[in-house]
Amino acid sequence: MKLELGYIQIKDIQFSKECKVENGTLYVDPDAVKAYLYEDDDVKAWVKDFSFDIAKPGESVRITPVKDVIEPRVKVEGPGGVFPGVISKVETVGSGKTHVLRGMAVVTAGKIVGFQEGIIDMSGPGADYTPFSKLLNLVVVAEPAEGYQDHKHEYEHAVRIAGLRAATYIGELGREVTPDETAEFETYGIKEGMEKMPNLPRVAYVHMLQSQGLLHDTYVYGVDAKRSLTTILLPTETMDGAIISGNCVSACDKNTTYHHLNNPVVANLFAAHGKTLNYVCNIITNENVYLADKQRSSDWTAKLCRLLDLDGALVSQEGFGNPDTDLIMNCKKIELQGVKTVIITDEYAGQDGKSQSLADADPLADAVVTGGNANEVIVLPKMDKVIGTLDYVDVIAGGHAGSLRPDGTIEAELQVITGATNEMGFNRLSAR
Amino acid sequence: MSYKVVHYINQFFANIGGEEMAHVAPELRDGFVGPGMALNTAWKGEAEIVKTIVCGDSYFAEHEADAKKQVLDWVKAEKPDMFIAGPAFNAGRYGYACATIANAVQEELGIPVLTGMYEENPGADLKNKVLIVATANSAAGMRKAAPAMAKLALKLMKGEKIGASAEEGYMPNGIRRNFFEKEVGAKRAVDMLVAKLSDKPYTTEYPMPSFDRVAPNKAIKDLSKATIALCTSGGIVPKGNPDHIESSSASHYGEYNIAGVDDLTAETYETAHGGYDPVYANADADRVLPVDILREMEKEGKIGKLHDFFYTTVGNGTSVANAKGFAAEYAQKLLKAGVHAVIMTST
Repeated sequence: MKLELGYIQIKDIQFSKECKVENGTLYVDPDAVKAYLYEDDDVKAWVKDFSFDIAKPGESVRITPVKDVIEPRVKVEGPGGVFPGVISKVETVGSGKTHVLRGMAVVTAGKIVGFQEGIIDMSGPGADYTPFSKLLNLVVVAEPAEGYQDHKHEYEHAVRIAGLRAATYIGELGREVTPDETAEFETYGIKEGMEKMPNLPRVAYVHMLQSQGLLHDTYVYGVDAKRSLTTILLPTETMDGAIISGNCVSACDKNTTYHHLNNPVVANLFAAHGKTLNYVCNIITNENVYLADKQRSSDWTAKLCRLLDLDGALVSQEGFGNPDTDLIMNCKKIELQGVKTVIITDEYAGQDGKSQSLADADPLADAVVTGGNANEVIVLPKMDKVIGTLDYVDVIAGGHAGSLRPDGTIEAELQVITGATNEMGFNRLSAR
Repeated sequence: MSYKVVHYINQFFANIGGEEMAHVAPELRDGFVGPGMALNTAWKGEAEIVKTIVCGDSYFAEHEADAKKQVLDWVKAEKPDMFIAGPAFNAGRYGYACATIANAVQEELGIPVLTGMYEENPGADLKNKVLIVATANSAAGMRKAAPAMAKLALKLMKGEKIGASAEEGYMPNGIRRNFFEKEVGAKRAVDMLVAKLSDKPYTTEYPMPSFDRVAPNKAIKDLSKATIALCTSGGIVPKGNPDHIESSSASHYGEYNIAGVDDLTAETYETAHGGYDPVYANADADRVLPVDILREMEKEGKIGKLHDFFYTTVGNGTSVANAKGFAAEYAQKLLKAGVHAVIMTST
């Protein structure tokens, strides 16, 4: 169960008449990508047009409203293909070799459905809060087809698929390119791992997936997470796109597909694997809205932790408010099985920072890492160029009437910034 | 021109004596005394201690009102930019005096204040009211404490935004502030888990608060005589959101009259909530705020009356403190209006 990632460092993106990766530069023919996107029937039905743009670190550029961020990858050896069950066939991934176009992302933007879209600033104070300001972004702006108002969910699906298809198309360009750097990731069978690392504590990653529904969705091998029971995944499966985002909740703490592919908990547990701990597996569990679902899923999470004879579990959340109850239920029940936990969350402590930060609490949650207070207010300067539209700045989660000021600056909560308070621990932002 | 500081210390740090001299009454001296030198040095001329107030710890404890009045009078006369007390390290009565007098200066004179002490010093009970720099438990910690206090004090004098407690070195004061850590969250989490697994010390980044749980009222015996109100955190508002309730992190709630309204329609009501897909709520807001069903029950006599007003806000990302504040206010209105029960819907 070993996966080798080959990193191809992308240093520039240019529009061109042909599509290729050469000497670290990605050349893209927008018409070719567009044609590929339109090969999908749903995309054809619901997206009137696509426009393409390139945003580079340090530029005076604002991308909004952002739907998803996706890193292009291609499977070059071993079973399956990227985004199994959605783009590739459903075969199990996570072994063999995968090439990664590192340093860039495909960003989908444009009018989506509700209020729930984010902002990526490529420079200025906002850029410090989003990891995507450090990437070369190929932005795909979608325009809905006529009559989409009555079919908003179909449209959301079409834009989601379009983003994944664009990333797959770009990823394919790296198939024959020799990677600049490679890294291997390997976990073992239960008994095999214990024999190899008899003295190390056995740790799993409890990965909570946003599944409240109505635009808060996550898909695993194409399965809607809210219709799935708590189960086990190899950590390497996430690196091949086994989990994708269909989540349009407030931008700051949604896990984009980029986050799932580059899950920092997975990366840091692998870094400690064989040194200070034995990384056993990932346990994925959902965050449904019904109490019975919450009870069932957290019961199963605790049961699997016990069954695997774990010593410790690292739990990450997605979203806030309602999922705070799932987080605390998971933490408490796992601790009661004698398995020690650390949880990663973010905070809604009010603009003044004086409120209680989570909607639920328990004394057993005594080891918490925070991604910061999402209510903190930030002023974003005017940018020379906007990719997408500023039409929704006042109504996106974290904005308020008057957020977009007449001089083009934006005053809003950190919530509006894509990935700002990520609860996988992707960032350095924290709070005390 | 440098900033003016008044410094408060006890008899021991003024070199008057130890416990045997703790009875001495407050005394005003020019310039710095004892530990004040370290503060002055750290400020490099940007700020300066103009007066030092020395007071015996026993005197302060036994004559708190008199001591406070005397100190406040002296500070008021001096009109300093800043008042600093201590650091008191683990000296209990000194710590209590520092925190108490600093709090009095801040509240009564509106001058920025700062003190310093060991976390277990009883004076640290006031950490949510007065900024307290965390120090070592003995005066040996002065070399570290003085520069930390001097730095934070200068920021306060300049009116600069202060950073998170972990950055600036003050005790967590119940106000959460963002800052950038050295490592990403996932690395900190793995390190914390490894420490927890090996029974080594670690510090949680968010100590869990004690949770406020409200016991439900007794059931209503006869619903047919009861006035029922509808309230929601699902963001249902008259079409156009006239009071501009935010889609997330709401700063206020709305009060709307539904007398004579039998049904919420797509033309008349919608949701302001940004945390869920609004499609179905906008098509029929009764799905979140069931006015239609309650009207039917009213007509059938199952309930006495649907209250003429509903109260609404957006729960999405709204701080617990805000939510509690809204409810405390409109609960009084409901009581006054003689409402017997409330159906609170969420989303």
